Amino acid sequence: MINDRSRDIGEFIPAPDDDMIICRCEEITKGEIRSAVHDGMYTLTDIRRFLRTGMGLCQGQTCSKLVKGIVSRELGISQADLEPATARAPMRPIEMRVLADDLNEEVDKHE
Amino acid sequence: MKRYDLIVVGAGPAGLSAAIEAAKRGLKVVVFDENSKPGGQLFKQIHKFFGSKEHKAKIRGFKIGEELLTDAAEAGVEVVLNSIVIGLFQEKEVTVKIEDKVHHYKADAVIIATGASENMVTFDGWTLPGVIGAGAAQTMMNLHSIKPGKKILMLGSGNVGLVVSYQLLQAGCEVVAICDASPRVGGYGVHASKVARCGVPFYMSNTIIKAEGTECVTGVTIGEVDSSWKIIPGTEKHFEVDTICLAVGLSPMSQLANMAGCDMEDNPKKAGFVPIVDKYGETSVSGIFAAGDVSGIEEASSAMIEGRIAGVAVAYRLGFIDKQELEDKAKELETALLSLRQGMFAPENRGKKIDKTEEGCDVSENLLKMGFISEDEIIRFPGFTRSKGTHPVIECTQNIPCNPCQDACSKKCIKIGDKITSLPSIDETKKCSACGQCVASCSGQAIFLINEEYEEGYASVTMPYEFLPLPVVGDKGVAFDRSGNEVCEAEVISLKTAPIFDKTNLLTIKVPIEMVDRARFFRAEVLV
Repeated sequence: MINDRSRDIGEFIPAPDDDMIICRCEEITKGEIRSAVHDGMYTLTDIRRFLRTGMGLCQGQTCSKLVKGIVSRELGISQADLEPATARAPMRPIEMRVLADDLNEEVDKHE
Repeated sequence: MKRYDLIVVGAGPAGLSAAIEAAKRGLKVVVFDENSKPGGQLFKQIHKFFGSKEHKAKIRGFKIGEELLTDAAEAGVEVVLNSIVIGLFQEKEVTVKIEDKVHHYKADAVIIATGASENMVTFDGWTLPGVIGAGAAQTMMNLHSIKPGKKILMLGSGNVGLVVSYQLLQAGCEVVAICDASPRVGGYGVHASKVARCGVPFYMSNTIIKAEGTECVTGVTIGEVDSSWKIIPGTEKHFEVDTICLAVGLSPMSQLANMAGCDMEDNPKKAGFVPIVDKYGETSVSGIFAAGDVSGIEEASSAMIEGRIAGVAVAYRLGFIDKQELEDKAKELETALLSLRQGMFAPENRGKKIDKTEEGCDVSENLLKMGFISEDEIIRFPGFTRSKGTHPVIECTQNIPCNPCQDACSKKCIKIGDKITSLPSIDETKKCSACGQCVASCSGQAIFLINEEYEEGYASVTMPYEFLPLPVVGDKGVAFDRSGNEVCEAEVISLKTAPIFDKTNLLTIKVPIEMVDRARFFRAEVLV
């Protein structure tokens, strides 16, 4: 089971490319992602909540596949076995004032 | 809340095709697209498409885009641009950001046609300005008339990498090399050949080690990889470049389907995380369909057919057509789709090494390793013949679903037959009229007209030519072989342009007779 945190995945071993930026929007490095896995973040949702990878301007369009590759390698499992992070609205970055400017009559009724 | 019969997300080839088919059958259809222009990627596709007539073969992508927009307008499709679908909720409620407001829409059916996004790879320096996606380079050149750079390295030898490399050359950029970690060229051999004969070297089993520069890219180092993708020390090669283009695949943008609760799968044959759909494109959520790259990466031609099938299926689902019409139309479209999914590059052959063509001919190994067919290989293919007078030589050596050359020849010299993936062969009993229709019709620019008896000691070679400025008759220059090496001096003896050639010009050069099998490209420059 992938999410079994009692599973031994070995020690975090530093690598020469640990300072390479993976999530450009939030400036998260490969080393941060790898060590987060060793700290117990075994799912992409955990990683995202812990490090904010894929939570920036591009909403993971660039890095989600890269992060998936790094995490699965660290866990020693296939990428297909790693559940993708939840997709939820808003699908694109949106300003709060726009998000609040909702034209739904249902919303108006409650105001 | 505004209601429609059908909401389509994405105004690309799949989305527009779906909307047209549904609107033609009486549905009230709206298409939302986040971009300021419709058409998805079609408007930057300046090359001719493959396939047969029903797939709009030999028509350039942007023309297909224009046709789709006209058809959509005629069918009464409402296309809303600069509108970002931010959510897809229960009971097909769609929230759309338009200007500074969030609008709510509902429909009886939703077709997700959101397409794909470009993959990235990481290497030292990959975040430097100057490292861009190949699709971005294409957008800059073909939509905004901006050169992405002067000297460019392309990573990736799939069709995107090859087609964009060629377009970079057309835009006047220098492509210093195409490299790919795979040992074999991934895209169509004909695309590779047209780049290779322009002198672009291919480095297979090579990947980027480092992008150099502090403020922006000033150079790149590539190196050979072993079978476990590790760099082999001592194989490093350095190039001075200002731009690195990444063409390392596409991923379906399937988040909306995921969010709507559709059953999803991670399927390598579809190049990523996709909604599971039935033969009409319907997902596990009744009334939500997916079409085009979002349900599996393929060509735009297949996306358009998938879109049409989904559009017809929605019309049936909503009671606008009867079951008979659905089945008849779907059958016709599925046949067209199946014919596109055949041959060496069919989805089920992804990643497979194929040794022989359907005809039993050994494939060109040089084509896979270096991007061009060698002189001793080309003679074994059915498109290569020798005969008296002008005759076509067809350097099409892989089974791909494409047959415009057969239709182009009014003298019936070129045979493909009923199987669309068969290699074209020459019927030597028929006489070539040297009209050049076949040369211009070949989307892969792989047909040449050869005359071994042009004059005493000289042969003529007619080639497809899509570079500006166009040479003029009498220009002297250099002929290049398939690998892009200079082989001899050459003189332009004819240049034909005609509207029916659709900007593929027919350039005829005179070369010494011994170079007739080698000269395949021309540049008006002096041999040094």
